[in-house]
Amino acid sequence: MAKVSILTPTNSPLELPIVTSKVPAGFPSPAEEYLGDTLDLNQIMVDNPTATFFARVQGESMTTTIFPDDILVVDRSVSPKHGSVVVAIVNNEFTVKRLNMNDGLTLVSDNPDYEPIRITGEMDLTVWGVVTGISRKL
Amino acid sequence: MSKMFALCDVNNFYVSCERLFNPALRNRPVIVLSNNDGCAVARSNEAKAIGIKMGAPLHKIQDIVRKHNVQVLSSNYALYGDLSNRFVSVLERSCDQVEQYSIDESFLLYEGFKHTNLIEHNQEIVKTVQQWLGLPICIGLAPSKTLAKIANHYAKSLAVPNGVLELNSRYTVKNALENLPVSEIWGVGRRLSEKLNKVGIHTALQLRNADYKTLQRMFSVNMERTVLELRGKSCIALEDSPPPKKQIVCSRSFSNKTDDLQLIREAIAYHVTRGCETLRKQGSLAKSMTVGIRTNPFSAQDKQYCQSITLSLPEATDHTGVFLKSAMRGLQEIYKKGFLYKKVGIMLNDLSTAEGHQKDFFMSVKSSPELMQAVDSINAKYGKGTAKFALQGFNQKWSMKSERRSKDFTSNWNDIVKVK
Repeated sequence: MAKVSILTPTNSPLELPIVTSKVPAGFPSPAEEYLGDTLDLNQIMVDNPTATFFARVQGESMTTTIFPDDILVVDRSVSPKHGSVVVAIVNNEFTVKRLNMNDGLTLVSDNPDYEPIRITGEMDLTVWGVVTGISRKL
Repeated sequence: MSKMFALCDVNNFYVSCERLFNPALRNRPVIVLSNNDGCAVARSNEAKAIGIKMGAPLHKIQDIVRKHNVQVLSSNYALYGDLSNRFVSVLERSCDQVEQYSIDESFLLYEGFKHTNLIEHNQEIVKTVQQWLGLPICIGLAPSKTLAKIANHYAKSLAVPNGVLELNSRYTVKNALENLPVSEIWGVGRRLSEKLNKVGIHTALQLRNADYKTLQRMFSVNMERTVLELRGKSCIALEDSPPPKKQIVCSRSFSNKTDDLQLIREAIAYHVTRGCETLRKQGSLAKSMTVGIRTNPFSAQDKQYCQSITLSLPEATDHTGVFLKSAMRGLQEIYKKGFLYKKVGIMLNDLSTAEGHQKDFFMSVKSSPELMQAVDSINAKYGKGTAKFALQGFNQKWSMKSERRSKDFTSNWNDIVKVK
């Protein structure tokens, strides 16, 4: 179908339309039918967008798996298990650690230079969310 | 029960949002301030307990704030809006009919849930919102919206375990209404409750048992509706999408008073831009606009001035450029030198739907829908205000006071939570 667009000149109270028509020429692209979705990294990185938040890593307590400046994909709808990497709140600060549920609760750093944190009775530990992915640019 | 309404409401919404990203705010008094850091518009339970009232101006509660080390925050609507959308998404998983009533409240309508235990179903929603979003919520369940509101009120004030309270049986409804002043009923404002008190109706139970035909004569059909709703007969339907606004108002106070015409022009341009965005979003056109400016009426030493002008456009439009041009002409008419202006704003009037509007035969406003569409999509993709008319200026020196605003934890990569 031909497209018709009406152009109107400015600065004139009485405007006379100029009609132009554009006729498509040439063959349509044979790939047109196959054009569809593009790939979006979110599709594989984020399972539940409603419950997912992002956090940025500072410090080296998890180096071997997680490095400073990495962006963590944190899914709060996932229940933490033994061995989960979690964002936890300890002493009112966010920290990323591996959750060890053998013999009480311990927050373990993947970097062997850091001591594990044993959660004792008077300590206040909140698991804020489970880390389900890491985004890093090289 | 064929039909049940649930009102889901986030407790102390703004404060709860802030606490999710700032653990140091837990278990202590916190308040969030209105635009321009004026009054307390959200309070944590701890802040309520030490006597900070809703709407209290910050300068009047400085003593309590210091004494109890109350954490005071500016409002962060980018954050609250994001969590509000997530909240509605959780609700939509659990019920097919959801009406978002305000930023922190939604109605659900359960039809055909005969075989579901609705109390347990709603307790599950409370748990999910708590886990996924860290937000504490309460749900009131009842056969009408008005009763669901009341059920929610009690769920909150009685701090019921699991957060869900149902008002359904005769006995619970009677108990709930007996001690509830009519002013607490949804849709009964202060003026109406004074009128009701005059005819001897003080509690919700008295209103429920009143003869609604007599009331309808004295009040309006709305009062009859309220009475029936209190009796458990649903008269107010679920609204899927809010009706388009008939008028769009955009205004704000300056953080500092000013007589600088350039700043005032920039502020007006900003409001016009926002107004036109709303206009296009709801698919409306406006045919006239009011521009207003005023000094601070609460300042005794300032000379006072307040003026507005309404401008007609030759043709209804939604093109920002057209409104900007008229607004600047209007401002020129009403602006007077020698006054310190505190507030400016615009209002778009005579709204019509984009489909049914009439073209002017002789005058056609230069309007290019493609341009505005392009601007809108650029701003949707790259953030608000990425593409804008230069009239708005670039530094927003007039913009409002927001000194204690938390970061954009969910909408800016530089602001996401830092973990060690």
